[in-house]
Amino acid sequence: MVSPVPAAVASAANATGVAKAGIAFILKKSLISALVALVLFSLMIGVRTDVGTAGQLVYWTRFGELAAIVGAVFVGSILVELLRGWFGPREGVQLPQGVQRGLSWAGRLIGPAALVFALLLPVIFYDQRYILDLAILVLTYIMLGWGLNVVVGLAGLLDLGYVAFYAVGAYSYALLATNFGLSFWICLPLAGILAAFWGILLGFPVLRLRGDYLAIVTLAFGEIIRLVLLNWQDLTGGPNGISGIPRPTLFGIPLSSGEDGLAALLGIEFSPTHRIVFLFYLILALALITNWVTIRLRRLPIGRAWEAMREDEVACRALGINITTTKLTAFATGAMFGGFAGAFFATRQGFISPESFTFHESALVLAIVVLGGMGSQLGVAIAAVTLIGGFELFRGLDQYRMLVFGMAMVLLMIWRPRGLVGHRAPTVFLEHNRAIAADMVKEGRG
Amino acid sequence: MDYLAQQLINGLVLGSIYGLIAIGYTMVYGIVGMINFAHGDIFMIGGFIALITFLVLVSFGLTMVPVILLVVLLVSMAVTALYGWTVERIAYRPLRQSFRLAPMLSAIGMSFVLMNFAQISQGARVKPVPPIVTGGYTLHEGADGFVVQISNVQILVVITTVLLLALFTWMVSRTRLGRDMRACEQDQTMAALLGVDVDRTISMTFVIGAALASVAGMMYLLYYGLVDFFMGFLAGIKAFTAAVLGGIGSLPGAMLGGLLIGLIETLWSAYFSVEYKDVAAFSILIIVLIFMPTGLLGRPEVEKV
Repeated sequence: MVSPVPAAVASAANATGVAKAGIAFILKKSLISALVALVLFSLMIGVRTDVGTAGQLVYWTRFGELAAIVGAVFVGSILVELLRGWFGPREGVQLPQGVQRGLSWAGRLIGPAALVFALLLPVIFYDQRYILDLAILVLTYIMLGWGLNVVVGLAGLLDLGYVAFYAVGAYSYALLATNFGLSFWICLPLAGILAAFWGILLGFPVLRLRGDYLAIVTLAFGEIIRLVLLNWQDLTGGPNGISGIPRPTLFGIPLSSGEDGLAALLGIEFSPTHRIVFLFYLILALALITNWVTIRLRRLPIGRAWEAMREDEVACRALGINITTTKLTAFATGAMFGGFAGAFFATRQGFISPESFTFHESALVLAIVVLGGMGSQLGVAIAAVTLIGGFELFRGLDQYRMLVFGMAMVLLMIWRPRGLVGHRAPTVFLEHNRAIAADMVKEGRG
Repeated sequence: MDYLAQQLINGLVLGSIYGLIAIGYTMVYGIVGMINFAHGDIFMIGGFIALITFLVLVSFGLTMVPVILLVVLLVSMAVTALYGWTVERIAYRPLRQSFRLAPMLSAIGMSFVLMNFAQISQGARVKPVPPIVTGGYTLHEGADGFVVQISNVQILVVITTVLLLALFTWMVSRTRLGRDMRACEQDQTMAALLGVDVDRTISMTFVIGAALASVAGMMYLLYYGLVDFFMGFLAGIKAFTAAVLGGIGSLPGAMLGGLLIGLIETLWSAYFSVEYKDVAAFSILIIVLIFMPTGLLGRPEVEKV
């Protein structure tokens, strides 16, 4: 089958062809999908291997499950084809003016509304420890997302090893606090500075790299940090990690049940929830600082330089922008926020080990940034809530969680490659501010 | 000296495995221009398929080792190739016209899917296999009693790699498909205008890459005698390092890079520390990219404004 049509035209023609196709075509296509599934899963699902009692390998067959899955693929494929036929490619659908105005008005309200909700959350859900814990987790990822957004979204440098800075922050606080007894409030800036330093250290060698190469070097860097943490037993405790990390204090006042605790000083009854609420407001404040700093930086020359570099590095250089400082500051700023988040993570958990800083975390944070529309602050927050919340929804499925996460990542990329919030507000504009469709914005080439 | 010779042999074998995986990376990067993150997991799936086929064959009472090996090789190549095809069809083809980050993230997602699919369907425990190919030759016996050996498995791995490479090189340089692949690598639009089915060629690239990775998976299984669901990640990154070291897009480069990475890793473990062998491999990746971004045999990338 030789088609002289370029790929783009071919796929468009294919899409309309499917919409008009009859039931025979759908059945044929689904049958092929089912056959492919049969071959794919025949060995991996049809046969289950395991280590027997004597250490030898044993296997047993699971043809029931195999049949069920192949059947599910067949039915699912028919459904997908039917849905595609009914809804078809809808292009050029324009919402009425009034609705559009209403939507943009509502869009402007989401940010403040979410902020008010976040501020009131501990009051509303004071008794529900689970919700508070989840909210802290979500906020941690929002902060990480905003931090990485500086590197990926604003400066256009693809960083697959962001978790390294998170780890540097966490281990800085853990080591400084357990070895030298420094308090959280002294360690927090130190953790940020150390992480920023590592950001520059990573930034220097990769200055000349672009795009995919940069991605793979940052990935290698993240793995190196994790492997060193894992193997430098004397300092980091290796796979056992560091435990007994001190809890944060309210500027020196511990949140404990003791005589000098906050509850005793205020004359109220002690409750462990106090610390959770405190942690919640702490991470909320840290995240909001990240957001505020980023928004302010975007209006400074350095922020403009980041965005200019993202759009076109060569033009940027031609205009006399110093690429070296621009890249290094982007790496350092992003890394610093990662370091703050890491210090917070260490103090919240009280225990850290290299387990928490795998490539999977980097991928998760990057997925948040990309789903958030690369550069949109609100988008990152929405994406973090969606992803981490979705993760929690599948908690019952436990072992299927990562499988679902991977599938969701693939499907979301196919469905909305430009992220959930598909436009950015321009930093500089002529006369009136208009949102730019994401398709118009070039991605960074690193 | 003998110790070094032994390490060189071991490194060569490990390098052959990396090289086979690296070819898949370099081919896909050359044609589609993306890092196929799921390729390491395809290698892992290949190892699992080989293990299962082997178990089933043995339980059917087959005892002739060459026959078993041949059947395992063919089955695992065929099934894993279909995995490669499916991954491309589901996760990459819809994103062909999309912006550059999209297929990369989709590939990371697919890598998670494959890894967790293997974990769920086959369990998280490491699966050990009894040695299938046994025996070997003593090459040299030193005065201090140190023996330089080459085992039959090692010979098998190297010979299979060389045969596959010869076949593959012939295919790329002499067949219609190879010509199509090279055409797509240079200019997809022009190739399409001249009657090359671009979609099919890209699919075939993934199929061939997956088949080679499955052979690597089977060799890994024979050589190390175990598979687990997580082995694709590290092997994948190292093979990618090999592809970059050799110059991405260059097929002999991928093999050369694979051999170098295998040797470096083995020698590092032998003379410095086993714990930091992965750190050594990754550091090499970073150093190569900084000082020689085009790799050993790669072409310099010219940026047009």
